Amino acid sequence: MQIGGILAYLVSFAIMATIYAVFSLGLNIQWGYTGLFNIGIAGFFAIGAYMSSLITMPKPTGMYAEYVNVLFALNLPFPVGLIGAAVMCGIIAFLIGIPTLKLGEDYLAIATIGIAETVRLIFNNEQWLANGPRGFAGMPQPLSGLVEARNYNYIYLIIVVLVLVILYLLTERAIRSPWGRVLRAIREDEVSASMSGKKIASFKMQAFVFGAMIMGIGGALYAHYTKAISPNVFTPLYGTFIIWVMVIAGGSGNNKGVILGAFVVWAIWIGTQFITDYLPYTLKARAPYIRFLIIGILLELILLYRPRGLLGEEKAISRMME
Amino acid sequence: MLELTVYGIVLGSIISLGAIGLTLVYGILRFGNFAHGDLMTVGAYVALFFVTGPLAWIGIPDTTFGPLSFGWRMLIAFPLAMLAVSGIAMLLDRALFQNLRNRGAGRVTLSMSALGASFIIRMGVLIIWGADYTFYRPGLIRPALDLPGGIKIRPDQIFILIAVAILVTALHFFLKKSRMGKAMRATSDNMELARLSGIEIQKVIYWTWGIGGALSAAAGILYGIDVQIHPGMGWNFLIPLFAAAILGGLGNVYGALVGGLIIGVVQQVSTAFLLPTYKPAVAFIIMIVLLLIRPQGIFGRSSR
Repeated sequence: MQIGGILAYLVSFAIMATIYAVFSLGLNIQWGYTGLFNIGIAGFFAIGAYMSSLITMPKPTGMYAEYVNVLFALNLPFPVGLIGAAVMCGIIAFLIGIPTLKLGEDYLAIATIGIAETVRLIFNNEQWLANGPRGFAGMPQPLSGLVEARNYNYIYLIIVVLVLVILYLLTERAIRSPWGRVLRAIREDEVSASMSGKKIASFKMQAFVFGAMIMGIGGALYAHYTKAISPNVFTPLYGTFIIWVMVIAGGSGNNKGVILGAFVVWAIWIGTQFITDYLPYTLKARAPYIRFLIIGILLELILLYRPRGLLGEEKAISRMME
Repeated sequence: MLELTVYGIVLGSIISLGAIGLTLVYGILRFGNFAHGDLMTVGAYVALFFVTGPLAWIGIPDTTFGPLSFGWRMLIAFPLAMLAVSGIAMLLDRALFQNLRNRGAGRVTLSMSALGASFIIRMGVLIIWGADYTFYRPGLIRPALDLPGGIKIRPDQIFILIAVAILVTALHFFLKKSRMGKAMRATSDNMELARLSGIEIQKVIYWTWGIGGALSAAAGILYGIDVQIHPGMGWNFLIPLFAAAILGGLGNVYGALVGGLIIGVVQQVSTAFLLPTYKPAVAFIIMIVLLLIRPQGIFGRSSR
């Protein structure tokens, strides 16, 4: 029984770390390979989570419908939800990219913060869209009929790992292609990349949209795991900042590195929970802030003392050269 | 509508103070300081600390100035908090940005570090003071004055406008007349040239942080006097601050002043049609439209 408990704990840890690894892959495409400074991941996180939920949930009926307002509820299968989340995030990324990608990094950064905050405000205030600040619950879980509910997490772990592996292979293939080389050329030196005849704006846009789509899938995976979402989940801290720490800690520009980073930083985040357990009673209520303080200090220390992260950038060469 | 415009000017003057600091730092160091909003928060809370702590203990009376909602305690706490946040901003440079610059880190790394600093600062505020909304002076009725045109304005709001005017005028003369102010402008125009002509760049950078920090503290306190204070206030100001600074042309102090007023008025007038919680989104939309049609800002030069 004891071992079963530990195992269940490890499984839930692995699911969350894997979901964060998906976000980290998305950010790595944008930041690690292309140098796009997106600090509004929480926005894409939220859009992905809401989109997939609305696509897969059955329409609220009876008493429940009295309390839950949603724009639509399509009751479609889980994979459609994932695709819908990715597509929606891609569209939003495209729209935000038009005015900002051709400008400097700072503009993109503040614009992405803006979109994340605006998305949160809209979900919070527009009751008709997705039930406002209360959010909603009861997203369907794929293949949930196969096992007992208390063992379901094992199935879900397999699903998220499968999604991560597919996305990993996809991004690895992409960055080793000529397309990926152009991205890195843009990151290193925009002027010389454009002198080589590459359309900078178009490549940046593709990388931004691709990364945002992966983030949307991450959001969808999160929603179907927790089965309950509300706008206050998608805060800058929980939805953006920690993912940046993961990518920088693991090594931006290295897909294996950022996946490792996601697991290590998530382990540290969970680990700080045990530290705060020993806090005096008066500080207990403020434990989450202390935990985030630790993550913030961790980021600064990495930036100062180990800017290349755990693994550093991987040398990416064409498959033809191997 | 006229009334909303007046309130917008009050809000805008507060945004201007923050945006001026932001744009000063950008002008010298060329990176977006995402911790600037949270410096406002710290300023507001340090003032709260002084008002309810040391100044109360040493026996400064709690009476208020006539129709205003504060008295000597706040007036003494105001410059103390500005000084404290100056120190915090300089400390940030010493602990983080200076080391990163010396390593030759790019501006994105500096911005990332600033974002990290903003979270550290906010968590610090949350740990010390908790997450609640606080008033400097709870439960006081502040009667409104009637201005011609049916505008109701609180005496506090008039104080805010006067305080901003004094600070901006002081900054203007500092930048135009003092040695350090001239050095700051020279460094902002061309850092290498300034270095070659014997200006101590690191000293200029400390002064820039000091002034930026002091102004953001003032902005935070004035917002606290006008509305209330809470740990997320500075983060909510971040988008309006950037919108104002971009509107005025990044690095342009007078542009940031005007930009702040415009953003404040538009935000406030928008509450006639939209929920007030959408204010940051309104600033965001202005910024995006601006980036589409005139990315260098209203007063910016089209190219350097």
